[in-house]
Amino acid sequence: MSIRYITGCNAAAEAVRLAKVEVIAAYPITPQTHIVQSISNDVFNGKLPAEFVAVEGEHSAMSAAVGASMTGARAFTASSSQGLAYMHEVLFYAAGLRAPVVMAVANRSMASPVSIFVDHQDSLPQRETGFLQYYAENCQDILDLILLAYKVGEDKRVLLPVMVCFDGFYLSHVSEPVDVPDADSINRFLPKDPKYPYLDVQNPKLFNVMAFPEHYEELSRDRYVSMAEAAKVFDEANIEFEKLVGRKHNRIETYMMEDAEYALVGLGSIMGTTRVVVDLLRESGQKVGMVSIKSYRPLPVLELSEILAKCKGVGVLDRDVAFGTGGIVYQDISRCLINRKENICMRNFILGIGGRDVTIPVIRKCFLALIENKETENCDVYWPGENASLWSAWKENR
Amino acid sequence: MERLEGESLIMPYTMKNLPEKESVSHGRGGCAGCPAVIGARMVSKVVGDNSIMVNSTGCMCVNYGYAGATNFPYIHSLFPNAGAIISGIDAGLKAQGKRDGVNLFAYCGDGGTVDIGLQALSGAVDRGHKFLYICYDNEGYMNTGSQRSGATPYKARTSTTPVGEIRSGEPRLLSKRKDMVRIMADHGIPYTASASVAYPLDFMNKVEKALEVDGPSYIHLQAPCLVGWSLADDMGVAVARAAVQTLINPLYEVTNGKQYHITLDIKAPRPIEEYLKMQGRFAHLFSKDCSEEIAIMQRDVNDNWNYLKHLASFN
Repeated sequence: MSIRYITGCNAAAEAVRLAKVEVIAAYPITPQTHIVQSISNDVFNGKLPAEFVAVEGEHSAMSAAVGASMTGARAFTASSSQGLAYMHEVLFYAAGLRAPVVMAVANRSMASPVSIFVDHQDSLPQRETGFLQYYAENCQDILDLILLAYKVGEDKRVLLPVMVCFDGFYLSHVSEPVDVPDADSINRFLPKDPKYPYLDVQNPKLFNVMAFPEHYEELSRDRYVSMAEAAKVFDEANIEFEKLVGRKHNRIETYMMEDAEYALVGLGSIMGTTRVVVDLLRESGQKVGMVSIKSYRPLPVLELSEILAKCKGVGVLDRDVAFGTGGIVYQDISRCLINRKENICMRNFILGIGGRDVTIPVIRKCFLALIENKETENCDVYWPGENASLWSAWKENR
Repeated sequence: MERLEGESLIMPYTMKNLPEKESVSHGRGGCAGCPAVIGARMVSKVVGDNSIMVNSTGCMCVNYGYAGATNFPYIHSLFPNAGAIISGIDAGLKAQGKRDGVNLFAYCGDGGTVDIGLQALSGAVDRGHKFLYICYDNEGYMNTGSQRSGATPYKARTSTTPVGEIRSGEPRLLSKRKDMVRIMADHGIPYTASASVAYPLDFMNKVEKALEVDGPSYIHLQAPCLVGWSLADDMGVAVARAAVQTLINPLYEVTNGKQYHITLDIKAPRPIEEYLKMQGRFAHLFSKDCSEEIAIMQRDVNDNWNYLKHLASFN
């Protein structure tokens, strides 16, 4: 084990090296590119005995990773934004084939207009493809979650592909101290032994053949059940991970929630800022807390329900927009609380879109709106980080 | 059997030594008499059991993935990504030291090759993966009901280029149609060829050659569609033969993107009317005077043949 001062992208590349990935297929896109640059360096210098497939587009990146996975090889790819959207149909295909590909996603907003900066509008709309989705709060999370992704995705009870998402630039390009586990521990943690049917001339099988209405639903349901199993497998994997590496991860991380009356829920790097605001408000006597979601798929519905139902007010931080309804995460958190008897005030905060900085005052504003139970014009959706003068000028002149 | 005109290459496969075994179990989902299925059978004889097949969306995934089964592993890719899936398979096998001795091939329709799959295929051969890609070309989206594709010939009636009051059939000239063999040859890959289901020995020997090269190879197999071309069930091979005899589908091969070699020289080509008249999709050309359109087609076919002979003359 060694503490190294590395960027989020390099933390992801370290995880790929430690996991001894056999095939990497990727296409450049900011802010993901440093990951695959780093890996190709290792491949070309003989440090990682893997095949690097420099594909001609992201659709092919995911396809080649799936093709490799379907031979029993451990496969990796990485993408962002338009690249991830371009892969969309292949994501369903990967999950349906039960190919445990792992993909790093350096989150970035979607065109148009063009922006290279972070929000979660790329990965959150992929939440129903059958991929597991983990969200990192810091660079250490990125490394650990990629290792855990292989462990969980390749487990016979799961056999699903995994997306490990982290905020572009805020994590991808920022250096932090990262504890890099030693190779022996990870070799023990991630033995290479594919537990799924693959393309094998000794044992021929047909893949992705037609399924008719008599069968299709059960195959979908099987994936649904495996997704639920992935929660249990994640927890088991973390017991082993802790023994070998000395730290563990929870599907949801809570902070000051024991007696919290008001809580903010969200994912990604803004949850680090939220912790700071919790401390500040606690100093002034406010009973506030926060919940950071690491496993967004599967979503820890019961756990979230139990924790959040103790609050008077729950605010959801969405670094995304579900046009025409609110935020994406808000829908999921509402779903966690829908059949409870408790009367919980819920508010949705849409913020940090297109890379806008989410600062301590912005998060504080969210907490205060929640505590004061402020009403907006006509709904429960707030834009706490808005540039008010730009917005009013825009409304007048559009 | 009708005597074939012209001289062929040295043929390791003859009618006497064709493999008896077919690596496909009985009970397939293709149409009776389907030339693409006949082509798939020929391929399976050459590649044998130690093979992996990739198949992009089209008739062939109804043929194998629905009612039939191969004796070798098979994967139906998505429509556009056969080239990328096969790249991943090649890389995956290589990374695990399992690549040797496996015949990795794709058998895909013209829609999945010429149109939506062109990028992935181009990328795959550009990277030099070792695989054989066979496009069975029935000149349209036949699995979805005969729509026009980038391989549809001039004046052919399809369900999206119908015979109408003001326009009839595919408007793009034969001379402007993408030439997949030349497109693939111009990637500089070791082996590229055209083929016909009516010339099984020529085709199977090309498959054999393609499997032997170290790197990507491509074969463009014309396979008439009985339904889309309005042909009787027993006419598929006859129409394919006519395509060769009229030089609509000249048979040749290209080595390393440079050495062109005509594998079946047609010394006395038949007029293209003979080919067109056999098919319902061209019937509208003969219901009124379309001699001008036919003359344009004949000119394009002649030009293409002369160009091909020119290319072959550099050997």
